[in-house]
Amino acid sequence: MPGQAAELVFDEATKQYEGRDEAAVDHLSLTVRAGEICVLVGPSGGGKTTALRLVNRLIPLTSGDIRIDGTSILDQDVVRLRRGIGYVIQQVGLFPHMTVEANIGTVPRLYGRPRAWIRTRSAELLELVGLDSSYAKRYPAQLSGGERQRVGLARALAGNPPLMLMDEPFGAIDPIVRARLQDAFLALQKEVRKTVVFVTHDIDEAIKVGDRIAIFRRGGRLAQYDTPQAILERPADEFVAEFVGADRALKALALHTLAELDLGAPAGGPPCPRTSTVRDALALMLQMDAQKLAVTDERGVVVGSVTREQLLS
Amino acid sequence: MDALREARVKTFVDAFRFIADNPHLLLVKTAEHLELSGAALGIALLLALPVGLWLGHLHRGLFLAASISNVGRALPSLVLIAFGLTIFGIGFWNNTVALVVLAIPPVLTNAYFAVDAVDRDVVDAARGMGMTELQVLRRVELPLALPLVFAGIRIAAIFVIATATIAAIAGGGGLGAIIVNRASYGDAGVLAASLCVSALAFLAALILSLVRRAASRRPVPVP
Repeated sequence: MPGQAAELVFDEATKQYEGRDEAAVDHLSLTVRAGEICVLVGPSGGGKTTALRLVNRLIPLTSGDIRIDGTSILDQDVVRLRRGIGYVIQQVGLFPHMTVEANIGTVPRLYGRPRAWIRTRSAELLELVGLDSSYAKRYPAQLSGGERQRVGLARALAGNPPLMLMDEPFGAIDPIVRARLQDAFLALQKEVRKTVVFVTHDIDEAIKVGDRIAIFRRGGRLAQYDTPQAILERPADEFVAEFVGADRALKALALHTLAELDLGAPAGGPPCPRTSTVRDALALMLQMDAQKLAVTDERGVVVGSVTREQLLS
Repeated sequence: MDALREARVKTFVDAFRFIADNPHLLLVKTAEHLELSGAALGIALLLALPVGLWLGHLHRGLFLAASISNVGRALPSLVLIAFGLTIFGIGFWNNTVALVVLAIPPVLTNAYFAVDAVDRDVVDAARGMGMTELQVLRRVELPLALPLVFAGIRIAAIFVIATATIAAIAGGGGLGAIIVNRASYGDAGVLAASLCVSALAFLAALILSLVRRAASRRPVPVP
């Protein structure tokens, strides 16, 4: 089975449906570096899902090329290509007639792995996505939306693919569980370091999970491809600026955590963990009407302090 | 009025007496009946299941499936048997062909619609993870379509068992041979054979339900 992370290159990739004037994806060229999360974001009809589905050839390219670690997707057997790519969709698409364990074991079984191996692997993956092993024998209908999405993630990881495609994976989930899943996903990504293409229509989600963001405009054209910071600070044009939102300065604050700042000496004030974003810290400060926060570490020990001026600079 | 009712009751009693008195005859005729029905259903499944399932997988041929279903319902089996007499002559194959034509529509249309209706996201996930088309059908679509597929088979089985009675007019034997021969077996014999046909159809439906239940392991809801 594959492993590591792959570099993904879109090279003038185009999808033109017959009988339509506008292309669904129009000469898309971008490179996703190995081990990075690239978020495709844009208005509906922008072609982001189409772009994603071009990669595993669920939608055939009209022209151009897509290469994974230098090999064109067109030069590989389509079934083998797909087995080497993790795939997560919004509605999860878990097999309702199979247990969680069997669902997770789908790709390993296609590779012909023995039953015992699959069982061990399922248990490992369940733990990795934060579910305990008692879930193995359950059926999808017995899970909550968030749990299903975790199982979907585990299933996509089971073949240890160097590349993951995620199509609005947290789209159908309520905001609280969604934030938790995003955190779990980011923590997981720190461990597995896959190359990920992640589609969302939510710019906040894009800013939170993306190492790089590709913003699409209607007609499947790439408006800007850059880091979240760069997009927030220097939107390429009016469309991007509008899509990102008037509060982009505020959004930029969510890109940094307190741990990245030069903290002052430990002092009194409302406690705030150093893993919090600057935005959240500011919100806390305003809410508590405080001028200073006591920054704590993972165990709750105060390690420093931060002032309002520092947060806003 | 009372005399008429009495006569009816008497016929029923006589019918059961007929069954008790002629177990061998009924057994032979039932065996013939089953042989004919079984052959027809078997051939129909062999022809209709693969076509229906695959068309459903492709989400194509809706027109074909619907047409076959309508034609099948519009063609009376009696007409087919009469028609078949000129081609196959009297006997087993004539009747079998007529019953196959009867059984194909419910099997084919149900198989088609069952697979066609499987959640597209689930199929998309299966394909996206690298299942071949045949694996998608066999591992995902078929298990999920199974209840509806079986419903079609059950309808076909009941149709075939009931309709196989008219095979007797074309020399097909079976329980129909008793039913159409009132002159020899009397009211009691006709009623007895009819009861046997009903029992067979009922039994077939029951067995197919049990098989379906065993074949499709559905998730158990958590209390």
